[in-house]
Amino acid sequence: MVVEAEVIRQNYLRHNKKFPHVWCPGCGNGIVLGSLLRAIHSLGYDKDDVVVASGIGCSSRMTTYIDFNTLHTTHGRALTFATGVKLAKPRLRVITVMGDGDATAIGGNHFIHAARRNINITAIIVNNSTYGMTGGQYSPTTPYGSRSTTSVYGHVEHDFSISELAITAGASFVARGTVYHAAHLDRMIEQAIVKRGFAVVEVISNCHVQHGRRNKLGGAIQMINTFRDQAVPVAKAKKMSAEEMEGKFTIGVLCDVEKPISTEEYARIRHESCQLPGELHDEDDQDY
Amino acid sequence: MDPRKPGERLLLQGNEAIVYGALAAGCRFYAGYPITPASEIAELLSVKLPQVNGTFIQMEDEIASMGAIIGASLAGVKSMTATSGPGFSLMQENLGYACIAEVPCVVVNVMRGGPSTGLPTNVAQGDVLMARWGTHGDHPIIVLAVSSVSDCFSITVKAFNLSEKYRVPVILLSDEVVAHTRECITLPQTEQVRVVDRIAPKTPPEWYKPYATNNRGVPDMAIFGDGYHHHVTGLVHDEWGFPTQNPKEIEGFHNRLHDKITKGFPEIMMTKTFDMADADICVITYGCVSRAARMAVKNAREHGVKVGLVQLVTLFPFPRKAIDSALRQCKAAIVSELNMGQMSREVNRVNQYDCRVIKHSRYDGQMITPDEITKQILSCA
Ligand SMILES: Cc1ncc(C[n+]2csc(CCOP(=O)(O)OP(=O)(O)O)c2C)c(N)n1
Ligand code: SF4
Repeated sequence: MVVEAEVIRQNYLRHNKKFPHVWCPGCGNGIVLGSLLRAIHSLGYDKDDVVVASGIGCSSRMTTYIDFNTLHTTHGRALTFATGVKLAKPRLRVITVMGDGDATAIGGNHFIHAARRNINITAIIVNNSTYGMTGGQYSPTTPYGSRSTTSVYGHVEHDFSISELAITAGASFVARGTVYHAAHLDRMIEQAIVKRGFAVVEVISNCHVQHGRRNKLGGAIQMINTFRDQAVPVAKAKKMSAEEMEGKFTIGVLCDVEKPISTEEYARIRHESCQLPGELHDEDDQDY
Repeated sequence: MDPRKPGERLLLQGNEAIVYGALAAGCRFYAGYPITPASEIAELLSVKLPQVNGTFIQMEDEIASMGAIIGASLAGVKSMTATSGPGFSLMQENLGYACIAEVPCVVVNVMRGGPSTGLPTNVAQGDVLMARWGTHGDHPIIVLAVSSVSDCFSITVKAFNLSEKYRVPVILLSDEVVAHTRECITLPQTEQVRVVDRIAPKTPPEWYKPYATNNRGVPDMAIFGDGYHHHVTGLVHDEWGFPTQNPKEIEGFHNRLHDKITKGFPEIMMTKTFDMADADICVITYGCVSRAARMAVKNAREHGVKVGLVQLVTLFPFPRKAIDSALRQCKAAIVSELNMGQMSREVNRVNQYDCRVIKHSRYDGQMITPDEITKQILSCA
């Protein structure tokens, strides 16, 4: 275990270039970073074949620290850049990391369309129920009644579920995990990366500094422990009544279906219509 | 209409010629969102691109389109998008990203009347200063204008070449008249088209600094998947591509970004002149108005007026040298354009002589006619 952790630390972090990082002590972002690296490591991918794109926010800073082809884009737009990369070079494995505000407020349109298109990209969304980086304003996942720097009287709007949104919009694979269940999160991310089609992992995370503090949810440890108490595995949740699920949420694979992938369909069109066989490179076209 | 049958004479509209120019320049990726009067570019590319092993995608909006072409370019494929005013407004955010991260790409803006939804779809040239300054912050950018179907082919090729060479987004300003005018052109042989590609790094990945200064001022460009696993960001960055707060590095970063364009001035700044040798009056135009101006200059010459035409192909960086010599030579310069005086303001800005700069605007959604320009010329004579 310890040796493995050291191997990952040595191989996948840009330790000599970009540390220390910008995150607050105890932030869940570090746990998500660890899970992502462990998942890629256990899949044995060459890091040159992996592209990680992110938007703007605390969580999106992740791309600065990890040693892949990394693309730190504009706020909410990671999936649009990732779409271009994937279509231009289908052999690359493209993963995006986004915050809840990034992916579902400013980037909401791109998110639902990436899911509808079912492009072969993995989307990891760190849901900390707030805009961490800009100082704790309310986000699309801030619960009703919560206090934030822009809802000091209590939030009057209702939140939505990122996972349900992804399922409805057409994603092939949707899973939810938390930063408490790190080993489980490793598996969810691994499955999402392997899945062919648009795959989403919603990670319930803590921003104790901006969100927890204002809502008396405790520090990092207390918040993370709360996730342990609130999370119910999918199979168990099926046997529970609505009242029993009150204040809780499901974790695990929420959706896993097979459907045509637009990148593959397009590659077929290209093969059928290409008039310049010299320009066709099957290898480049191979969609992983 | 096969782009690979060069030498053939084709009757094309401006938008179609842009497509053939792009394909000849090596463009293999298009992302866009429908808008008149630019949609024909997307429609034709959706047919042509898969035929040359390229990719077409219609995105959910113009913000996404701009993001996608940047992503494709970073993965090593020459890419473009096309739009009109409202879409061009949405592209400004990621256009700034292409400037700061130095990602080659071409953005065609087929201008129509604005602001907002404006005048769909009458001709206008109201996006000239926006093309230069639309995205926030100091940034280098190249803006070219087309005036004919043949320009649509050749200037599109130039746009890609400049964008690859200098690692900047290039804005190609067309307009509704040029876009929909049909003219006969002969497509050049493939080998006659000069195509420039970005320069790949030769250093091993451990030593590669993605944003290091070199004598060209344009860093070598690694692409995703080629073994360099580098970082690309929209934050101001150091030579390694990582965010910096160091004042020295920040200043150096801005200086290099601008210097690379300054170094290329002689090649980047393109103008065409007609009858300027003995002229004491000049007309300054760009885009579709240049066509009316050619006619007007000819007519006025028949009246014995010594008048010439300076047609700007490059709008930005502003071709100061060419304008300066015209202003020094002439007693009057008429800037004819389809807006309320955006370029005449620029011309006035650099005017150091006694030359009178006359703003000749039209902004009712109609073309300026040759007669209107002739009248302006005769009133100065
Ligand atoms: C177009 C634009 N609008 C606003 C911002 C300011 N901004 C930076 S990060 C951020 C919110 C980030 O929140 P979230 O995506 O939830 O990520 P977190 O910081 O919580 O990880 C905002 C609004 C921006 N960078 N760009
Ligand atoms: S502000 Fe919140 S999300 Fe951002 S680093 Fe701190 S704890 Fe994490």
